[in-house]
Amino acid sequence: MNAFKRYLGLLFLVLAPFFIYELVAGAIANIDMTGKKDINNPVIWIIIIAIFTPIAIGLVIFGWYAFRGEYDQLPHRSKEL
Amino acid sequence: MIQSSSAKTIRSVIAASSVGTMIEWYDFYIFGMLSTTISAQFFPKDNPTAALLSTLAIFAAGFIVRPFGALVFGRLGDLVGRKYTFLLTLILMGGSTFLIGCVPSYESIGIAAPIIVLLLRLLQGLALGGEYGGAATYVAEHAPVNKRGYYTSWIQTTATLGLFIALGVILLVKSNMPDASFNAQWGGWRYPFWISILLVGISIYIRLKMKESPMFSKLKAEGKTSVNPLKESFRKKANFKMVLLALFGAVMGQGVVWYTGQFYAQNFLETKCFISFEQSRTILLWAIAFATPFFILWGWLSDKIGRKWIMMGGMLLAVVTYRPIFQLFLQDTTVPITGLNEKNPQPGIEKITVTRENDSLITTTTPHYHINAGINYDIQSTDTVYADKSKAIGHSKEKAVNKKLDSGLYWKFVGLVFILILYVTMVYGPIAAFLVEMFPTRIRYTSMSLPYHIGNGVFGGLVPFIGLLLTSTYTTDPLVGLWYPIGVAALCFIIGMMYLTNKIDRNIND
Repeated sequence: MNAFKRYLGLLFLVLAPFFIYELVAGAIANIDMTGKKDINNPVIWIIIIAIFTPIAIGLVIFGWYAFRGEYDQLPHRSKEL
Repeated sequence: MIQSSSAKTIRSVIAASSVGTMIEWYDFYIFGMLSTTISAQFFPKDNPTAALLSTLAIFAAGFIVRPFGALVFGRLGDLVGRKYTFLLTLILMGGSTFLIGCVPSYESIGIAAPIIVLLLRLLQGLALGGEYGGAATYVAEHAPVNKRGYYTSWIQTTATLGLFIALGVILLVKSNMPDASFNAQWGGWRYPFWISILLVGISIYIRLKMKESPMFSKLKAEGKTSVNPLKESFRKKANFKMVLLALFGAVMGQGVVWYTGQFYAQNFLETKCFISFEQSRTILLWAIAFATPFFILWGWLSDKIGRKWIMMGGMLLAVVTYRPIFQLFLQDTTVPITGLNEKNPQPGIEKITVTRENDSLITTTTPHYHINAGINYDIQSTDTVYADKSKAIGHSKEKAVNKKLDSGLYWKFVGLVFILILYVTMVYGPIAAFLVEMFPTRIRYTSMSLPYHIGNGVFGGLVPFIGLLLTSTYTTDPLVGLWYPIGVAALCFIIGMMYLTNKIDRNIND
């Protein structure tokens, strides 16, 4: 099970950049200064990409920790934190 | 080990914490629910600056300011104490909500109006970011070991009850006056904002009489509180990896399930199924009323069998059944546009709207009474007459709108929305106890607040926007917007199943 947890970590390492790529591609495809819908609004895209980028970095770190076996054993007491 | 509080004390702790948190949710929701009227009063679309401020008010308050509020007030709560911190968030929230109801319109004071409203809305987001972690921590730190899930689940009902009260107050005010009076400059739409000050006043009075959490008081007396909770929470690897696990293995999926059940569903009924304004809201009200006790049930059960399986069960059910349930909504509200089995067709009503570009939109609405499907509805078509006479008139497809379901279908829809909210109760009921048990007392407020507000504010709050984005991109599938919550919940389910433990941490007194 621990080996599987570690390999799964690699998947998260790949998924995070993919999500950001999809968001940026979505922004490029939908931003339209003449459009009237929310998805045409560049401000919304800037906010969303700005807030999702650190989250995606968090997913990369999570994947890295998982790959390194940091989650093989979870702490049982707060003193271990 | 600290003795847990007596039954009477814990009841008053729960009441004081829950009422205040519920009022904060109420305050936060009424802005969103009255967004159309608020836009007209403060953010006129023909002013680009006001339109930009409107976008910031809607998006920034939920996505940026809430997690930021979690950091600011979480830190304060771990330094100063839970009681005074979540008292401060309540005052901030109540004060800013009341003041939104007092701001003169754009017509009276120009661009100052949207700027003031934006600032007040940001304060609301900040306060909400600080409230939940404080309330959950405060109740959990008073609760007996074997009833932590049960007692904190009362806090979990507040977000849903806040929505329920916000919906109820708005419907009540709206039903007692004509639309023109409700939408007037100093009209009925302001009443829900003004009511807030009364509710907050009562809640502040109750909270002032409360004592500090016993666990935090002990830490403080021993001089063991954290000097820098932010650094300890996010720069210490052992704790940071638990913050990441809480976010990706539990709260991210909980956030999307929550928003899909309580917001996306109502929006879907109104904008995709074209059910009438009133029915789409009362369906949600009934479903919430029936489902709310289940928060308590799952919280109680989580004390017996652990938190993980209940939360993961809710996520899995959501992943598997979202599309069939929403497909049923569409299927049952599909009505014929031509060849109607109709009785007493009414003459068409014409509404002409002249746009800025001097083109005219002519909306024709014809009420029909369809006997067999159990739905009354109007048929609407919109033609565009261009100022440039050489351009041909643009005809839109006819569509059935303002659908009113008969009793049988209405209660079937209440049942289906109830199922969606039941999933919400499964993922949300045990989560406060789950988060509290993950982190030590000295940095608990900070550590649990951030993942909670990223999961709910960002992942959950984006359900409508990403749904819209997917629907606009892939136009052939009306259910395509569901792939976002399904995908996020599925990923969270996998992470939760693989990495979380079902073991209940009995001793949170460290």
